[in-house]
Amino acid sequence: MRLRTTDIADTFAEAFALWGTRVIITAATEQWALAAAQTMTGFATSIIGCQCEAGIETTLSPEQTPDERPGVSVLLFAMDKAAVGKRLVERIGQCVMTCPTTACFSGLENEQTVQVGSQLRYFGDGFQASKQLAGRRYWRIPVMDGEFTVAESFAVQEAVAGGNIILMATDAEQGLSAATAAVQAMRMCGDIILPFPDGVVRSGSKVGSRYKGLPASTNEAYCPTLKALTSTALPDEVNCVLEIVIDGLTEAAIRAAMQAGVEAAARPGVVKISAGNYGGSLGQYKIHLHELMAG
Amino acid sequence: MAAAWGNIKFTYMNSWPVDMALELTQRVCPDVPLEADTITPDRLSGLGHTEIEKLPLHYGNQPCLLADFFAVSGNADDRTVRISGDLSKVKFLGAQMTHGSLHIEGDVGPHLGAGMRGGEIRVEGNADDWVGPEMSGGRIIIYGDAGHMIGSAYRGAATGMCGGEIIIHGSARNEVGHAMRNGLIAIAGNSGDFTGVNMLAGTIMVLGELGLRTGAGMKRGSIVSLKQAELLPTFTYACTWPPAFLRMYFIYLQQLGLALTAAHKAGSYRRFCGDGVELNKGEILLYAG
Repeated sequence: MRLRTTDIADTFAEAFALWGTRVIITAATEQWALAAAQTMTGFATSIIGCQCEAGIETTLSPEQTPDERPGVSVLLFAMDKAAVGKRLVERIGQCVMTCPTTACFSGLENEQTVQVGSQLRYFGDGFQASKQLAGRRYWRIPVMDGEFTVAESFAVQEAVAGGNIILMATDAEQGLSAATAAVQAMRMCGDIILPFPDGVVRSGSKVGSRYKGLPASTNEAYCPTLKALTSTALPDEVNCVLEIVIDGLTEAAIRAAMQAGVEAAARPGVVKISAGNYGGSLGQYKIHLHELMAG
Repeated sequence: MAAAWGNIKFTYMNSWPVDMALELTQRVCPDVPLEADTITPDRLSGLGHTEIEKLPLHYGNQPCLLADFFAVSGNADDRTVRISGDLSKVKFLGAQMTHGSLHIEGDVGPHLGAGMRGGEIRVEGNADDWVGPEMSGGRIIIYGDAGHMIGSAYRGAATGMCGGEIIIHGSARNEVGHAMRNGLIAIAGNSGDFTGVNMLAGTIMVLGELGLRTGAGMKRGSIVSLKQAELLPTFTYACTWPPAFLRMYFIYLQQLGLALTAAHKAGSYRRFCGDGVELNKGEILLYAG
């Protein structure tokens, strides 16, 4: 299949079932809400090395937040429900509670929840207080600028991680330009995050390594510098490969983002767009590029 | 953005189903108190007119039937009951209610929603003393004024209201939230003396003036007022700051029709801790602008 001047590979992205949540961070200004969100989502690119994947979904206007202050929506994903809870306690405790003027709320509705505020409250050392409003409990933890208000529990749901597209470009300039356009288009879609730096990853990995104990290592088939040494997956004219990984609350959200990304990235200078998979043996979801773009 | 947001904001259904309600229209105005704890959606839904008319009430010290005082029409299949008339001598309406809606048109007598656990009561008029005593859930909305002992413990009991909401669009009198342990009482007008006396926890919000001796004996909980107040000497000033949690309460109360402004939500509040003769973990928050 060709989309304009770009080949679309007849392959699929292999995505995985895991658990996710949405966190709403509010603050006196958008600057402080973003500061907390950026800190909370730092070092959260890959479950393999970071124990969770997290990113900023969008900024929120005061009309969209529970306390009518500027806010940021963050999505966080981990292997299971308990892991989501642990990561939330760590990251909200260390990155949001520490940030001036913030408050933190659950941004999902679901019966399945994990306890967060009820764990963080102990930081109050007996001076904490709770409030129950409209069936939800919040904890007020005294801090040096007043109080940190945090929801007692956060809703979690089954989610999907590892949607991806791989952009094979003639050079780094073309690759970066296409990747930036794709990221911009994908971020217009809701319910997803792109967990890598500014949405883009250059160190695509394969499972395992020749070195004992390493769970993943560089995917040499996609490294332009190794074309002469390996069984490469790259066309001759490709000298730069960039990947965009997508985590989402639903498979439909990931499909929509992948479609938008391919559409935006297919341009001169991008020779081929492919997707990463493990032969279909690991992930629960297969998102075929041809089917996606034909639909 | 196209994200399908969860319900991260509070929502309040303000529409009221009128077509399907069971209507109880007062035929005879009682001269002495009429005890009507039978009149709840719990008891009335699913019953036919004849069964409803034969439900027992107490008129003074005499047993009587519902039909002696009310004409029955409509049905309560959707768990909605409307009752109208001069009900100022009708006691215990909605007592022990667990679900459904009770809509009262006219002034209502004491013990409204006593021990209520769920559902909603609305009063298009004034309410007498003892609104929602020892209730643990549901919501009572009074569009007029209310009497003494709102959401309170009965005399001799250790604990008052344990949950739910009482919203009063007018003013209330003394001992609002006496020994309350949880829940929300909001008063758009003024409250009388001893607001939050012996309060164990929960939240009382008074948009008007507080009476004397507010929070006397309170252990935990919050009493909030938009006006300044003379407090007991056992309350100690702590700081002035904009509490984030109050913003959520004000947003919620705005949806329930209380007149709150952006300045109230964004404003700072003076925090007083007390009562020092008790646990000293309660707070009174007074709007500072």
